[in-house]
Amino acid sequence: MVRNRGLVLAHLWVAFAVFAAASVLGAWQMWVRSPLSAPFAEPQTYFASVTAHGTGMAYVLTTFFVMGFGYFVAETALGRDLPGVRAAWGAYALGVIGAIMAVVTIMTGRASVLYTFYPPMTASAFYYIGLVLVVVGSWIWSAIMIIAMARWKRDNPGQPVPLAMFATVANAIMWLWTTLGVAAELLIQVIPAAFGWTETIDVGLSRTLFSWTLHAIVYFWLFPAYIAFYTMAPAAAGGRLYSETMGRLSFVLFLLYSLPVGLHHLFMDPEHSTGFKFIQSFLTFLVTIPTLLTVFTITASFEIAGRLRGGTGLFGWIRALPWDRPMVLATGLAFFMLWFCGGGGLINMSYGMNAMVHNTSWVTAHFHLIFGGTVVIMYFAIAYEIWPALTGRLPDAVALPSQRRQLWTWAIGMLILTLPWHWLGLNGQWRRVAHFDYADPAIAWWGPWVVVSLIGGVLLVMSAFLFVWNLAQLHEKPKQISAAAAPVAYAVPLHPVARVPAALNGFALWNVLVRVLMIVAYAWPIAPFAVYPSPGAVIHRVGGAG
Amino acid sequence: MSWTEHDVVRSELRWSLAVAGFVAILFALTLVAALALHRNPPSNAERIDPKTLHLTGEFTESNLGTRVEANGQITTRIVATQFAFVPNCVVLPEGREVTLRLASPDVIHGILVAGTNVNTMVVPGYVSQVHTVFRKTGDLLMPCHEFCGFGHSQMWARVRVVPGDQFRPDAQGRASCGS
Repeated sequence: MVRNRGLVLAHLWVAFAVFAAASVLGAWQMWVRSPLSAPFAEPQTYFASVTAHGTGMAYVLTTFFVMGFGYFVAETALGRDLPGVRAAWGAYALGVIGAIMAVVTIMTGRASVLYTFYPPMTASAFYYIGLVLVVVGSWIWSAIMIIAMARWKRDNPGQPVPLAMFATVANAIMWLWTTLGVAAELLIQVIPAAFGWTETIDVGLSRTLFSWTLHAIVYFWLFPAYIAFYTMAPAAAGGRLYSETMGRLSFVLFLLYSLPVGLHHLFMDPEHSTGFKFIQSFLTFLVTIPTLLTVFTITASFEIAGRLRGGTGLFGWIRALPWDRPMVLATGLAFFMLWFCGGGGLINMSYGMNAMVHNTSWVTAHFHLIFGGTVVIMYFAIAYEIWPALTGRLPDAVALPSQRRQLWTWAIGMLILTLPWHWLGLNGQWRRVAHFDYADPAIAWWGPWVVVSLIGGVLLVMSAFLFVWNLAQLHEKPKQISAAAAPVAYAVPLHPVARVPAALNGFALWNVLVRVLMIVAYAWPIAPFAVYPSPGAVIHRVGGAG
Repeated sequence: MSWTEHDVVRSELRWSLAVAGFVAILFALTLVAALALHRNPPSNAERIDPKTLHLTGEFTESNLGTRVEANGQITTRIVATQFAFVPNCVVLPEGREVTLRLASPDVIHGILVAGTNVNTMVVPGYVSQVHTVFRKTGDLLMPCHEFCGFGHSQMWARVRVVPGDQFRPDAQGRASCGS
């Protein structure tokens, strides 16, 4: 049994409660944009809702999930007590207070700037301060993860750090780097403006600082999914992890290449020249490498499992896999979705080609499919995997089919939502509008496709609530697991490694390389703003924010 | 099927080579598109003061819209402001190189022209510039594609692309949708 299960559950329940509420907002937004008439369809409510949906899904769900899962991994993978439990509860309190501040300012209509801020528009300063508190909480989490691994290494000299923990610390270090950009934007530029201390903002600089954070934050969200691919899915399938070294290498590559690539979000921006954009486009190509390595290694791990279970032939092993297990099913569905959203991502990152899709529904579709689809479905699978260890209750014969139904409806709903979006985006459907004028013959044909997306959205809401219900069930049934049982089965490598090179057992070297890459990628793009400040844009307060 | 350590390492190496080849091809294609076909993102890094751009210089109201310069170059100047484009319709000829220049006096906007690859952010403090050739005629939608406030959904304009022989600028080289 997990010692700090209260801490883990407190984080994960905040994440999933906010997730369920935000999913309803998402479906309602689809309804407003469709030709059908929706209630409360004023722009003020719509953009408050978009802000709440983005803030809830991208900041609260993710940060609380990563933190809660990190505490679980630190305790179970290292097999020892978590250091700094008091600090962890303090970080949790900061996060909850921050999230409440953000929600209250959004609900009172004083923070409708969307979760990506868009200065010189400014919201209530307390919206940003709330988000800063969430981030500060996550910094404390990062420190606890780093300390936990350092102490384990001190007590186990020369031993390879368990892969799940190695990955978690890679994420913690990457996250410290990641948040520097948005922290600088908020603390130096946006919060002083929101308080009225400054009257103008250099928007080119604020967009550049936000781009620093904007891509790596997505990998922060994605790490738990990859941890599950490497350390949980092969075990759940009844096989072995094909290569542990490849896992370590992939996580190191994520740390290196998810940071110096954020400028690809600014390909269509006027404030940077083509040279910087091209360099970061090239670095973005390198981010595909860890994902492609992962697809190979996990597929090979599944092949081992399928053949051990009697599968034969070129594809026979696929049918032999235990698809009735939620972790295996979720991994399969996640990989299936990854083909679509990974392919879409290749187009987005391709420099000049980005002009075809920038700020169209294609992009919304891309990140909903890759984050909402591939990543969040693994959040579900992780929750189903670890919940018995947290509550002491095993799923019964009714619970497992319900979990599978939930995973299927989520994947199908996400595909129904996003495939029409991709298509409309290619045809020029633009982003972030509350409604379209379907009377215009140029766009009248979009209407039915938006309704199809709405159907996908409704399926997703049903799936979200079924997920919460499934987890609640695991709190209610009588206790079935003895306190001494192993909390979770981490995958065993096909060829266990007795020793790994120091470079793949820590982050000192990689941290230096990140610094070099960040200087190459960002020092020159940021420097001109400091040397020649551009004429500032006047602050615009949104919705009477003060 | 054997899974010796040697087999594992060899298969991973082969796959890594395949991945490296894939990335190299993508990079080469982008490089060719950028250098040989000039498929670059709009990136002129040109600054302008959003507080005064309507008072003096090229973005004063009388200078907005389409204009054929003395050297034959065709440029359209548009101001993107909460929550309209000025002018809200511009006329341009089919099949000729044209330049769109945009600036914002207030917040971030952005444009795309539906059915084309014209796409740029319009960031206050900077002039956005897009070079393009329109290949089809008709009224094309040019919406604001970046959240700029509660009126964002109403903010859109049109690009009227006319056949080359129907593009008739006046004596000053100006052409507008009304004429």
